[in-house]
Amino acid sequence: MTAMPLPASLPPGAAAAIEVRGLSKEYRRGVPVLRDVSIAFPDRGITAVIGPSGTGKSTLIRCINRLVEPTAGEILFHGRDITQLRRRELREMRRRIGMVFQEYNLVERLSVMENVLSGRLGYVTPLKAWLRKYPQADINAAFDLLDTVGLTAHANQRADALSGGQRQRVGIARAVMQQPELLLADEPTSSLDPKTSVEIMELLVSIAESRNIPVILNIHNVPLARRFAGHIIGMSGGKVVYNGPPEGLSDDYLKQIYGGEDWLE
Amino acid sequence: MNETAQSRPPAFQPNWPARIAWLVLAVYAVYAASILDVTWERFVTGIDHGIKFIGRMIPPDTEASKMQLLAKGLWESIEIAIIASALGIVLSLPIGLLAARNLMPAWVTWPMRLFIALCRSFHQVIVAILFVKAVGFGALAGILALTVASIGFVAKLFAEAIEEISLKQVEAIRATGAPFMNVITYGVMPQVLTRFVGFATYQVDSNLRNSTMVGIVGAGGIGGTMFAAFQKFDYDFLLTILLAIIAVIMVSEALQNWIKRLYQ
Amino acid sequence: MSVGAIDREWRRYTPRQRLARFALYFGIVAACVISLRTVQIIPEFLYDAHTQVADLLARMWPIEWRFYPKGVHEALIETLHIATLGTILAIAMAVPLGLLAASNITPNAWLNYFAKLMLVSSRSVNSLVWALLFVAIFGPGALAGTMAIAFRSIGFVGKLFGEALEEARPGPIEALKAAGAPWASIYLKGYWPQVEPAFWAIALFRWDISVRESAVLGLVGAGGIGMAIDSAMNLFQWERVALMLVAIFAIVVAAELAVTYIRKKII
Repeated sequence: MTAMPLPASLPPGAAAAIEVRGLSKEYRRGVPVLRDVSIAFPDRGITAVIGPSGTGKSTLIRCINRLVEPTAGEILFHGRDITQLRRRELREMRRRIGMVFQEYNLVERLSVMENVLSGRLGYVTPLKAWLRKYPQADINAAFDLLDTVGLTAHANQRADALSGGQRQRVGIARAVMQQPELLLADEPTSSLDPKTSVEIMELLVSIAESRNIPVILNIHNVPLARRFAGHIIGMSGGKVVYNGPPEGLSDDYLKQIYGGEDWLE
Repeated sequence: MNETAQSRPPAFQPNWPARIAWLVLAVYAVYAASILDVTWERFVTGIDHGIKFIGRMIPPDTEASKMQLLAKGLWESIEIAIIASALGIVLSLPIGLLAARNLMPAWVTWPMRLFIALCRSFHQVIVAILFVKAVGFGALAGILALTVASIGFVAKLFAEAIEEISLKQVEAIRATGAPFMNVITYGVMPQVLTRFVGFATYQVDSNLRNSTMVGIVGAGGIGGTMFAAFQKFDYDFLLTILLAIIAVIMVSEALQNWIKRLYQ
Repeated sequence: MSVGAIDREWRRYTPRQRLARFALYFGIVAACVISLRTVQIIPEFLYDAHTQVADLLARMWPIEWRFYPKGVHEALIETLHIATLGTILAIAMAVPLGLLAASNITPNAWLNYFAKLMLVSSRSVNSLVWALLFVAIFGPGALAGTMAIAFRSIGFVGKLFGEALEEARPGPIEALKAAGAPWASIYLKGYWPQVEPAFWAIALFRWDISVRESAVLGLVGAGGIGMAIDSAMNLFQWERVALMLVAIFAIVVAAELAVTYIRKKII
């Protein structure tokens, strides 16, 4: 069966939140993890990147905010190539992109409130950050976010006293605290049980809608991706194999992405 | 009739390497004793001297002018310990951070680690003597010597603690666009602060013990008073000084524990 | 829907915590300030310090290597013997004290307290001071040095050994008691296997420190390379002093390597 045609277009009427062109990444010479990837991510709703392990999903997400440095290619954020940004401009770019991690990556010994407020660390001077003197507007916003994720009662608890699902909520609150223009999530549900995974996805959907922030996440749970994402990108072997709405994700595409039929229901 | 059990290997083999090691240790002890001229008669005469010595120490001298001398010397030792600890601990923070290989590039960490190793290599007394020769008798030499010792200890352990942290938390803070110092304050310090406080309090205690001693070589504090008493055969005053030092150290240990509990 | 018009308060520490932390910071700053004001430092010496140190270092160069076989080698070996024999003696004396101090082995609280007091006193008195005392008792020489190392190390080894004993799991001990084992067997087969790795680690650690300390005991006459350093310094023979410092550095490094190697082998 020949490769399916690649619908490289965005959903009708959408502009690009972020666009990658010719993105390549090799962790080791001659072993590319991303091969010449070009995608225009929609600036509304949830975009899910799916694919088997090792296919570069996580690398793709991490290249966007340059936690991983691309080997070649361009990343256009509001039309501007961010692959060459240094230091202060890099930090300013990162402020505008929030990130949620698979293992929450909270500062375990600090309280929930401090973790949420740490989303503003790109805006607060080191002295004030150390003294925990955040502007009152930030504190109000932090409380509002805690209300949104339902953790107000835990505000002063240490982060490592929380359950996995609660920690991920704090992680999401921290990312949203940045008032970002884009939210990235690297396997946000992979460490959670099925019920909590659904709750987290619902939270992400509601935040994307209420605050009008596009979300790009990678996920290996295809049913979850189909259920919650407005746009799906399927990757295999470091290349994009599918780029379109969930309805168009037929079994043929899935076979091409994941290989083999056994795991299909 | 049953067959007698075939002879089986014994259940517990004798541990020959261990037994040989114990034997070597015992033989060595005898050998070293003879080399060092640690003979029985010297030991026995020594015990005799020792008893006389203790007799001259008891009762401890508590006469007023001596007590003043004691207080002055003790106070100077405490001062030396406090200043050296403060200086050493404050300096250890940046030095330890710069020496952490998971945070800094190699051209920064190597010189720092070399510096720390140098600070640790020499016994405080030797460093104290060198400083006495360099900056003269008195508290300054003691402070400098103990500062060097503090950096050697605290910065090394601090750097090792930083190298053990989870970098995931650091990554998350970097992803928010935080400047370097904020990444340190929120990503690194919370993970190592308790241990740092432990090292710092241990070093304060260690400096207190050592500050009583650097005086023997002229670097200030009660060590000097003690050495003078020793040379004047003033053994009952010597006992007073020893008891005072032990008391101060016990108080400091108690304080240490309180502070550690505060920072849990 | 909240518009953020209401200001909500957040405090990092409870009032009690803040008070305690403030008291601590205040205490530390006060101690530093008082000390700085009353310590007697001649300012000129302070400003001059770095040039003086540089001058001293310059006088130590070039290092007088030729002096090693005659003046340094024997003293170095003597230092090693002092450290090793002293540690062995210390272990022999510290084991019974550690047993007495461990509350799970010696139920008598008075004995515990007495043993712990002995251990604390041993640690509180610096090895140099012990050396002074023993030079007064035994006369100058390596015997005084060995006894000084031994008595100083008892506290260290005994305290850590006692703590390791207190952390021993009671399970195997109970099993042995239930089987009717005599107390010697209980110690040998119940406690000893549990604390053995810690014991050797402590012993090696202390030996390492003792090597460092033995090198300086000679400064007060207790044998070892310290005495050579003392005479060289009094004669202002800085190149020889430098040689001895390098020699000390070398055996300290060698001792650390040996300790790392042995630890890998037996722990």
